[in-house]
Amino acid sequence: MKKVRSNIEKRRLVGVSVITLLSTISLLFFGFISPGKDKTTFGFVLNNEWVIIKEWVIASATGAKIFSLIAVVASIIAVLAFRANRKIVIPAAIATFGILMSFITWVASGKFIPFTGLLQGALLLAVPLIFGSMSGLICERSGVINIAIEGQLLASAFVSGVVASLTHKTIWGLIAAPIAGAAISFLLATFAIKFSVDQVILGFVLNVLVIGLTDFLYKKLLVPYQSTWNTAPTFGHIELPILAKIPVLGPIFFSQSIVVYLMFAIVATITFALFKTKWGLRTRAIGEHPTAADTVGIDVNKLRFKNVMIAGLIAGVGGAYYTVGSVGAFGKEMTAGAGFIALAALIFGKWSPIGAVFAALLFGFADNLQSTLTIIGVSIPSEFMLMVPYIATIIAVTGLVGRVRAPAADGVPYLRGGAH
Amino acid sequence: MSLELRGITKTFGSLTANDSINLRVETGQIHAILGENGAGKSTLMNIVYGLLNADSGEILVDEKLVDISEPIDALSAGIGMVHQHFMLIPVFTVAENIILGHEKSSKFGVIDIDAARLAIRKVSKDFGFEVDPDAIVESLPVGIQQKVEIIRALIYEAKVLILDEPTAVLTPQETDELLKTMRELKAKGTSIIFITHKLREVREVADQITIIRRGKVVAAVSPTTSEGELASMMVGRAVDLAPVKHKHQIGEPILVATNLTVRDAMGTAIVKSVNFHVNAGEVLAIAGVQGNGQSELARALINLESHIEGSIKLAGAEIRGSSIYDSLHSGIAFIPESRELDGLVGSFSIAENLILDLHDQQPYAKGINLSASTVLSEAEKRVTEFDIRLQSVSDAVSTLSGGNKQKVVIARELSRPVKVLVASQPTRGLDVGSIEFVHERILAERDQGRGVILFSTELDEVMALADRIAVMYRGEILEIVDSGVTRGELGLLMAGVVTKKASA
Amino acid sequence: MRNSLAKFLQAIKLPGLSFLMAFTLTGLIIAISDAKVIAKFSTPLEFIKSALAAIGNAYLALFQGAVYDVNLTKGHTFIHGFYPLSETIVIATPLILTGLSVALAFKAGLFNIGAQGQFIFGAIGASYVGFHFHLPIGIHILVAALVGAFFAAIWGGIVGLLKARTGAHEVILTIMMNYIASYFILWILKTQSFLRPGRIDPIAPEVNQSARLPLLAGANFRLNFGIFIALAAAVFVWWLLTKTTIGFKFRAVGANGQAAKTAGISVPFVITSTMMICGALAGLGGAVQVLGSTYSLNTDIAGSFGFDAITVALLGRAQPLGTVFAALLFGALHAGGRTMQSSTGVPLDIVLVTQALVVLFIAAPAFVRYIFRIKKLNASASLTSKGWNG
Repeated sequence: MKKVRSNIEKRRLVGVSVITLLSTISLLFFGFISPGKDKTTFGFVLNNEWVIIKEWVIASATGAKIFSLIAVVASIIAVLAFRANRKIVIPAAIATFGILMSFITWVASGKFIPFTGLLQGALLLAVPLIFGSMSGLICERSGVINIAIEGQLLASAFVSGVVASLTHKTIWGLIAAPIAGAAISFLLATFAIKFSVDQVILGFVLNVLVIGLTDFLYKKLLVPYQSTWNTAPTFGHIELPILAKIPVLGPIFFSQSIVVYLMFAIVATITFALFKTKWGLRTRAIGEHPTAADTVGIDVNKLRFKNVMIAGLIAGVGGAYYTVGSVGAFGKEMTAGAGFIALAALIFGKWSPIGAVFAALLFGFADNLQSTLTIIGVSIPSEFMLMVPYIATIIAVTGLVGRVRAPAADGVPYLRGGAH
Repeated sequence: MSLELRGITKTFGSLTANDSINLRVETGQIHAILGENGAGKSTLMNIVYGLLNADSGEILVDEKLVDISEPIDALSAGIGMVHQHFMLIPVFTVAENIILGHEKSSKFGVIDIDAARLAIRKVSKDFGFEVDPDAIVESLPVGIQQKVEIIRALIYEAKVLILDEPTAVLTPQETDELLKTMRELKAKGTSIIFITHKLREVREVADQITIIRRGKVVAAVSPTTSEGELASMMVGRAVDLAPVKHKHQIGEPILVATNLTVRDAMGTAIVKSVNFHVNAGEVLAIAGVQGNGQSELARALINLESHIEGSIKLAGAEIRGSSIYDSLHSGIAFIPESRELDGLVGSFSIAENLILDLHDQQPYAKGINLSASTVLSEAEKRVTEFDIRLQSVSDAVSTLSGGNKQKVVIARELSRPVKVLVASQPTRGLDVGSIEFVHERILAERDQGRGVILFSTELDEVMALADRIAVMYRGEILEIVDSGVTRGELGLLMAGVVTKKASA
Repeated sequence: MRNSLAKFLQAIKLPGLSFLMAFTLTGLIIAISDAKVIAKFSTPLEFIKSALAAIGNAYLALFQGAVYDVNLTKGHTFIHGFYPLSETIVIATPLILTGLSVALAFKAGLFNIGAQGQFIFGAIGASYVGFHFHLPIGIHILVAALVGAFFAAIWGGIVGLLKARTGAHEVILTIMMNYIASYFILWILKTQSFLRPGRIDPIAPEVNQSARLPLLAGANFRLNFGIFIALAAAVFVWWLLTKTTIGFKFRAVGANGQAAKTAGISVPFVITSTMMICGALAGLGGAVQVLGSTYSLNTDIAGSFGFDAITVALLGRAQPLGTVFAALLFGALHAGGRTMQSSTGVPLDIVLVTQALVVLFIAAPAFVRYIFRIKKLNASASLTSKGWNG
């Protein structure tokens, strides 16, 4: 019988073909048709690492060729993997990396690329996204759609900024933030679970509510009484001994504020807890088939409520990153849609913690690359770089990179006995 | 362990689902609860299991009053249940499903999956089941999934086991196996409540039979009672179990399916290169246990499936690859498996549902304008013709009873010029009166010279209506046999055992 | 007669209570964020008095800024007092159109969060035709508005097509498309063809006189012909949904897509065409805003029209007439909010809070019943309640 491809396979095939095509174009265009005329310099030193890696200087055209070749080889492997019906994620990711690097080498011809700084900045931009996506993850794995991530982040950024300003202590800001996140979660949980309000509408309305409230209070209190209400102190960097001195990795991962270390801990804990513990098993169960969970004695709505509250706490820490974790003062609508990019990261990462983290890092990288290129004076329309997370998410949900399946009961209120 | 129910009453709005029901299950007894669809059996069992709470009444376990308001109370009282719709998480492994709700964890709250694997292997061995603890549930056949549910109840030491319509998804052979397992459990002292509407099984295995009709216990009888008596007690009047089928001339082939393959979204073949035809004036039944590709095949006949290969010829014209609209309008009437999900738009009025397929045709549509008055007047005609009981054709169709909903679907589908009627589980969930109506209607279509393809998992229905019977097993049609076939032969075919050459 | 009155009261009971709660809560926020009120905290009676005064002043200013301001008529004619009402209508005009876009999508079972992006494309199209071409009066307006609607229809149609072809959820798609649109307008305003001569900031040239919507009440009022376009669109949507076979298909797919499909209605057609019409409606909103109000395209052209549209459609229960009233109400809140901000110092942003609370309570009838201990009479259908997979 002849092999017939299903829709999903066809779409994966499109995905593989697109990557192969892009790799080839990248090789031809960056390497041959319009090669960079100058040398590209990559810098790796950020602080005072033990081993100072020397700058890496390469002719732009040669570098672009090398990276493009890597991409081409990886995409061929992806095609082979697709044919053998194996996973294509890793080769596809390598190919994407190759194309990106090739592009950077090409575009920064004659310029200096602070490579370690680029990555560190990407991580920092990803921090609130990761917190936000973890909040979304816990809610949606339990069967509650959370598009109020933006509201959670914004409310907790506001509260942590104000509390830290009033107390002059960063730690109080960090403690208050999760409480604010949980307060939004409380509204989400109450209306979604107890009163069965449509969760997309609810999340949307909560975002508007938080934007309205914070804008209002910002104008009413934070602007006129700035010296008392909006001068939050910030956490310093904590350099982990030894680790911080590792070249490249040190400055990126081990010389950060406490909020970033909290993030590492939370991601690790969630990944472990979701797949290995009783809580995780039950959480996944109520997100997939709540009736089945109910019949084995799990109180579905209680656990959902609890998880939505936990999610609020986590998003709250992410909110604190905006104020006490980085700049201190609260700014009007300072989260600027990060909650929605976090949602995008969650979906792009296929509702898995690790996937969401990588997606958030990718989005953070695109964002930071755009500003780095602007700083070093490369003129490309930065708007198109900023579109990357959104286009990537559309590609993900339309299935070009394989099947994306939300938890089966995501967004469906649980009422025992169904429609009586 | 004994279980006693005293005066259980439960109402939903104006409907009394259970009306002071008394019932006693002795230790080590198989107690069958027999009743029509909608009689209140499931409501009663959901009350015993704590999924619903009774308005009044008491539950006693071993003569002691117990308070069961949550499933966890039932579980700790030693009551286990195998649900009609399996309560398993499809994406979990068997072991994960079994420990869910009973997790034992070691340090850091890590669940102990190994203990679960051992327990599953042990119970499987005791009862001769073959269940892999690490298999993902959604990849298992329904028969095995049911065993997972039974294993779960046994591992948690259920002393009273409720089986809710357990044979609906099984082949006759699997049913026999299940009945055997039930006897073994009984021998080990487990009490079993066996809920069903299948008379034969009840008589075979039950020690005691309680019959429920419209929420009330109408009789408690012994298994020696005849099938006819059981049926009339269940329905409340004498019922004719087999509809009258007139002999008449069967015509030429009207629908011919050749090498028809249907695939799911992942590309797996669900229906594998089947060949069959139906003649004008003939009922071709497609029998088989649920989940062997019948649903997909039925849907494929009007191009409802996305991946169909092969050929479907209706009166000589190829219709595979046509739109659903064209398939319907070229002469196929389609009664879908689920009236609520696929047949009707619940919030639409009865009149609107009657023209779901014809709304953009004369006389309902003039250009893009929809004529509201014509829609209403035509609806009134249909309602009279099909004896649909309702208050007003403008009411939402969701206000109707199951039988009347099905009549709306049938009325709509027969309002087009029909060459072939495709009926997928047309009597599922209906009361006996409505079942009789549907059967008569199907035979009437046959007698008027239309081809009927009847998909049914109910062996009795198949044997009563069919002129020829095709049996599906794992996506293939094993054989097409004449209606003279015996139950035993059909049962073997449904289990995948081929005995003789195809007759048609 | 009495019966129908009782029915009417019954119908407006929950919405009425929702409004009451929303305005009460908003009032509380206004009061407790007022330093003068807080200063009187130690004397309860004075505290309550000043709190009520603060709320009263704010709401009075809101009313004066939204409907009729007696102060404006001093030295002017009576008509001038209605300047605020005209502003309410001017703000409501694009809101009606974007609200209809979201409402129509709801009816077809789709949640169109993308009105914002569609609005942007409508504005871009109308602006370009408006300043780049020279056409006769009337025709120029028509062409500009149609091009705007067309651009937006394509933008909305992309979502429809992607959903129809791949099953991707429209909420996610439209959220993403909004961001892409908002970066797109940032980019296009920097391009040579959209840069206003002599300016370096991102603002497009003003549209030609021939492309501007006629003013209805003289040069002192911004009130323009756009409101008639919006009302005509509302009538169109009502007619489409209730009187045509296309509307029948939309509603059938919205209520039960699976059954509609089984009965031969093409779900991909419905999804794609719904999203195109929704896009056109929102795009018309953008066009009306450019041609009737701002005359030139800028980065903030869409304001929050696309997002407010969702609250408008929800408040209007996805009915065309309800949407018109809801848009007028929110238009009034925004117009009045400006006056409130300037005369009482209560920031305009408080109206967002009111807006969110009204919709929250409207969307949660069970909550309102719970608060006021009202018994449930009959099941009311909710707008949409489905997950990512549905």
